[in-house]
Amino acid sequence: MYNNIMRILIIEDDAEAAKYLVKAFAESGHVADHAANGLDGYAMAQEGQYQVLIVDRMLPKMDGLTLIGALREQGVQTPVLILSALGQVDDRVKGLRAGGDDYLSKPYAFSELLARAEVLMRRRTAHIGEETGYKIADLEIDRLSHKVMRGGVEIDLQPREYRLLEYLMKNAGQVVTRTMLLEHVWDYHFDPQTNVIDVHISRLRAKIDKGFNVPLLHTIRGAGYMIRDGAR
Amino acid sequence: MTALGKLVRTTAFKLTLGYFLMFAVGAVGVLAFVGHNVRQLLDEENASIIESEITGLAEQYNSGGLERLVHVVERRAARPGASLYLVTTFAGDKLAGNVATLPLGVLDEPGVVQTPYQRNDEPEARHPALARIVVIPGGFRLLVGRDLDERERLGHVLGHALYTSLGLLAAIGTLGGLFVARRVLVRVDAINATALTIMNGELGERLPVAGTGDELDRLAQSLNAMLDRIGELMTGLREVSDNIAHDLRTPLTRLRNNAEEALRGSQSPAELNAALEKVIEESDGLIRVFNALLMIARAEAGDARGSMANFDLAEVARGVAELYEPIAEEAGQTIAVSAPEQCPVFGNRELIGQALANLLDNALKYGNSDVVVSVVAQPGHVELRVADHGAGIPQADRDRVVTRFVRLEDSRSRPGFGLGLALCNAVAHMHHGALSLQDNAPGLVVCLSWPSSVAHDVLTAAE
Repeated sequence: MYNNIMRILIIEDDAEAAKYLVKAFAESGHVADHAANGLDGYAMAQEGQYQVLIVDRMLPKMDGLTLIGALREQGVQTPVLILSALGQVDDRVKGLRAGGDDYLSKPYAFSELLARAEVLMRRRTAHIGEETGYKIADLEIDRLSHKVMRGGVEIDLQPREYRLLEYLMKNAGQVVTRTMLLEHVWDYHFDPQTNVIDVHISRLRAKIDKGFNVPLLHTIRGAGYMIRDGAR
Repeated sequence: MTALGKLVRTTAFKLTLGYFLMFAVGAVGVLAFVGHNVRQLLDEENASIIESEITGLAEQYNSGGLERLVHVVERRAARPGASLYLVTTFAGDKLAGNVATLPLGVLDEPGVVQTPYQRNDEPEARHPALARIVVIPGGFRLLVGRDLDERERLGHVLGHALYTSLGLLAAIGTLGGLFVARRVLVRVDAINATALTIMNGELGERLPVAGTGDELDRLAQSLNAMLDRIGELMTGLREVSDNIAHDLRTPLTRLRNNAEEALRGSQSPAELNAALEKVIEESDGLIRVFNALLMIARAEAGDARGSMANFDLAEVARGVAELYEPIAEEAGQTIAVSAPEQCPVFGNRELIGQALANLLDNALKYGNSDVVVSVVAQPGHVELRVADHGAGIPQADRDRVVTRFVRLEDSRSRPGFGLGLALCNAVAHMHHGALSLQDNAPGLVVCLSWPSSVAHDVLTAAE
């Protein structure tokens, strides 16, 4: 289901954590390199053809935010996902302001990291954001008129349901996690405590999948959700 | 550092020294001014005396000729006083007068000069003089002058007065400075000593207050108040860490039990998977608790104040209510929002959103009824209210329930850690506001209010 192999650079000083990440990315079909300090990471990120950088905030020799700033100054636009033990609102803001593209606080689930890294890579390679509509199997949305059709029949969605579907379609074939949905559809980074996102998804599913033979909105166990053509 | 070195380095001593220097400059200035003026006055007086003498002598000359002039000059020169007279021939030979010698050439030019001279009665000493030289017909010269010794003496007297007073002042200033510095130093040393004891662990100690109400007392009082506040915070922190230790043991024990059970005996891969999933679930729960605790700590410390900005509270209220609406619907409840079209406020949107989410979650879980979220913009402050018609919280428990890990008896069986309201409370305080729990008869209204003018305070503080 992932048609692209990612080349990832992990800049992380905790050898144990880095080893785990390299192995876990390999098992997911990607290639990951590891740099143990900021300076090595900076050099490798400049030379290597990486599609995603995963950068720890606290690094020996050159801290994560400085590294990102230096790379951006050098014109390296590789998307960066910041990993940090500092997970508070203002830390996230600082991280994104420094040039990071996404921020994940430790401890995190690998499925969350993988999903976010894949979305970052896709956003880089295919400029999906500019399309005027998406189509998966017989499900279509028109981003100009906000019309949603499945099998030629128009489906009536609430504004928030539309935005939920739009985000899922934009990242079709990718796992999107609950926190990613909360961030992008509701613009909140907090912990919603209960299974609020699941309930929204099941409502959406009832509108787009109910009565059709092939379900398109899938639950990925232990990770999140994905829209994909069931036939594939 | 020696005791004297310490004294000399005190602010009191340095101030004294500074004042002394300023005073010395002032005194020099005043004396110089006075000296200059007096000198000028004396000079003017001398000049006028010389003028009138010359007028007098001219009259004598006119009536009696040179002979009479010499006679009068001789008579006048014999009188004691500061007046000087001399009559000479064209060649410079003295005819009469009390001036013995003059530097060469002084008599050649008529007019006013200042010149040294020697007197008849004490030919050894040279004195300064102001003199006017007049040429009399026939080439004779008449000199009338005033001795300037008096003027010179005045200068000496003033100079002497200056040196003496400066010396005296320096002595008094140094002694006074040392005395004041010592007094201050004794008290500062006492404060230092107490501070050291406090640093060494005697946290109950307080700085000595002399009761004079001076600046050192005020300093000591503020520092004592600060120590009290730190003491309170530390007690709070200790309670919190005790609570954390106590309340996290339960989920940690469950986590451990799950792992142990998975290891024990021969289990099928499916069972092992299920056990591992439970372990992850438990640790996720623990991470959430830690995150909530960190967030509360951050909000209490005011750390997130830098991330405050203007946002629309009405949008947040509608957004979060909409987020929870499907959950309410599943449970057969409704969430109604009563908010103005827009309600611009200053604050941390994330934390206010999180607080509202906590309140809604509570209201849906414990209120078991329809919930009303309202945003009310009052003059000077905004209110965010969440009201339900459930069982409510008894008056006696309302203060207690906003502290960490406090859960009421009938809620203990449900999932949760008792951190939701504690976070709301911390968020309210961070915004200089308050969280209040009121009776909704029946049910509970939780009101989070904060001043809308906070924007200016924080902005100016940031600048």
